Amino acid sequence: MSLRIVVAVKYVPDATGDRHFAEDLTTDRDAVDGLLSELDEYAVEQALQIAEAAGDAEITVVTVGPEDARGAVLKALQMGAAKGVHVEDDALHGTDVIGTSLVLAKAIEHIGYDLVVTGMASTDGTMGVLPALLAERLGVPQVTLLSEVAVADGKVTGRRDGDAASERLEASLPALVSVTDQSGEARYPSFKGIMAAKKKPLESLDLSDLDIDPAEVGLAGSWTAVEDATARPARTAGTIVKDDGEGGKQLAAFLVEQKFI
Amino acid sequence: MAEVLVYVDHVDGAVRKPTLELLTLARRLGEPVAVHLGPGADTAAPVLAGHGAVRVLTADAPEFADYLVVPKVDALQAAAEAVSPAAVLLPSSAESKEIAARLALRLGSGIITDAVDLTADEQGPVATQSAFAAAFTTRSRVTRGIPVITVKPNSAPVESSPAAGTVEQLAVVFGGLATGTKVVQRAERTSSGRPELTEAAIVVSGGRGVNGAENFTVIEQLADSLGAAVGASRAAVDAGWYPHSNQVGQTGKSVSPQLYIANGISGAIQHRAGMQTSKTIVAVNKDAEAPIFDLVDYGVVGDLFQVVPQLTEEINARKG
Ligand SMILES: Cc1cc2nc3c(=O)[nH]c(=O)nc-3n(C[C@H](O)[C@H](O)[C@H](O)COP(=O)(O)OP(=O)(O)OC[C@H]3O[C@@H](n4cnc5c(N)ncnc54)[C@H](O)[C@@H]3O)c2cc1C
Ligand SMILES: Cc1cc2nc3c(=O)[nH]c(=O)nc-3n(C[C@H](O)[C@H](O)[C@H](O)COP(=O)(O)OP(=O)(O)OC[C@H]3O[C@@H](n4cnc5c(N)ncnc54)[C@H](O)[C@@H]3O)c2cc1C
Repeated sequence: MSLRIVVAVKYVPDATGDRHFAEDLTTDRDAVDGLLSELDEYAVEQALQIAEAAGDAEITVVTVGPEDARGAVLKALQMGAAKGVHVEDDALHGTDVIGTSLVLAKAIEHIGYDLVVTGMASTDGTMGVLPALLAERLGVPQVTLLSEVAVADGKVTGRRDGDAASERLEASLPALVSVTDQSGEARYPSFKGIMAAKKKPLESLDLSDLDIDPAEVGLAGSWTAVEDATARPARTAGTIVKDDGEGGKQLAAFLVEQKFI
Repeated sequence: MAEVLVYVDHVDGAVRKPTLELLTLARRLGEPVAVHLGPGADTAAPVLAGHGAVRVLTADAPEFADYLVVPKVDALQAAAEAVSPAAVLLPSSAESKEIAARLALRLGSGIITDAVDLTADEQGPVATQSAFAAAFTTRSRVTRGIPVITVKPNSAPVESSPAAGTVEQLAVVFGGLATGTKVVQRAERTSSGRPELTEAAIVVSGGRGVNGAENFTVIEQLADSLGAAVGASRAAVDAGWYPHSNQVGQTGKSVSPQLYIANGISGAIQHRAGMQTSKTIVAVNKDAEAPIFDLVDYGVVGDLFQVVPQLTEEINARKG
């Protein structure tokens, strides 16, 4: 029986751009170009490797976000995923992580899955909690923050490198996996992949398709609220010296002056 | 007065510093009730009491070590039901954030992660977060349910504040999901003997400019002269020169020490995301155009192999 893999990918503002907040204190998505969160490339890569090892597998990529977010799905299709699903609805603007996990869980159930793969964190919100929320909602084991992952005989195994210890984990399918950037370099889309992606199915869903009450998502439906956002004051220019043989001593003098020594 | 649950991060009862910082913050919101899961509660309880815990709820069971995350969520849920707290605070470690997430969902509560400060008003806790690689500071609150908030290390001082710290057994019933993910093997990390990276007052880091695993001794010697932790950029980690557990940045640790010294590190946005909130920033880099110099309080344009050993020698000489 075919292994059904769903990868959740996020479309995020480019971290090297000038990211900021919009007037309603949500992420200003118009100000900066968006892209597939680089940490989700690792998720797509591991899904592709799991699918290749399984032989008979199909990867569906899902994203929740505005019109442009389709770009994240497209990139994953170019890398080799088979199908895409884009959940898009005006009511989603400003959804917090609890709401996002609701929408993703419903979409993933709608798609059907044996294995869900996500990144370790998004590069914008950087919360790192969505995978755990998704596992809780789906009622499946969470096998998260893996630097190594394999699927065989209906089981997921992986390695999780934590603060205090490195652990080997095991769970039965269906399960949710999140992978770190230590899991292995992601492939670049090939020319063939880019051409093939144009013909791959990309389904668009809205909240009514997923039977979600708009009141449960969006800014109004959020369980958290941002009161204010202020730009960090520009740093006052520091002292910069060129080493002419005394640089280490000068630095030591600075550290003494600052009472670090 | 309202009670505030504080999840205790510890190794066999040795309480980690971020938990003590949480107790300081919890006292701004109400009376701290610590939740200690796993072994070592006898060791931990007096420490927790000494820092303001009015009660210490404890539970120990093999499930906490043998299965991932969920058994701890079951226990915290039991604690939240027993206490009806005004908030639940957890340290912002990877595992604690996952515990916090599932707990929030079960409690019907919003979640805020990586707070760097907490204050309280009539409507409850207000959390300060730093966003977009510390380019912005936001203040947020949970508007529904019992606020579940994770807090980064170094967000508050550790203060002694003796309280009763009455130890009570917490009754936990594990749910069906608790045994979903089995920990089949665990290799404890060996300690370097240096301070914990996220907790250290001073961090000395090396990047691609260090140019080799063997050269990291230059960085380590500077760190040791200052009693500092050693950090590394992802380039240095990817090259295999230093362990990933020492990586500073978006996908490594985020640090907020009093002093951060970056050596041979260019200052890419993903690195900055992990160190930009350091109080004083110093860099040594041979490229005067390196973006790290935009952040520094003091920078030396020069070869780290000249500057760093000279600095170390100066420090050691001054220490006599
Ligand atoms: C600076 C900032 C701070 C925020 N703080 C909070 C907060 O404190 N509380 C709160 O509730 N919300 C917060 N949010 C909103 C939250 O980030 C979004 O709701 C987001 O969709 C989920 O969080 P994340 O992307 O950080 O997820 P993470 O938990 O970091 O993401 C992990 C993985 O989940 C998947 N994923 C995440 N979002 C999507 C998506 N839309 N579509 C498909 N897959 C996805 C990806 O695989 C990703 O790798 C914040 C947002 C920003 C920009
Ligand atoms: C999704 C994602 C996540 C990432 N997460 C992280 C992260 O957590 N942490 C992180 O660090 N990076 C992260 N990165 C990588 C980041 O983008 C940079 O590639 C990385 O930080 C570069 O490391 P570096 O500064 O050591 O190397 P480089 O950028 O190559 O800089 C080396 C510097 O050393 C200087 N130098 C060389 N020789 C000497 C010498 N003898 N003396 C003095 N100076 C010298 C050079 O002038 C140069 O400025 C991430 C990237 C992505 C895409």
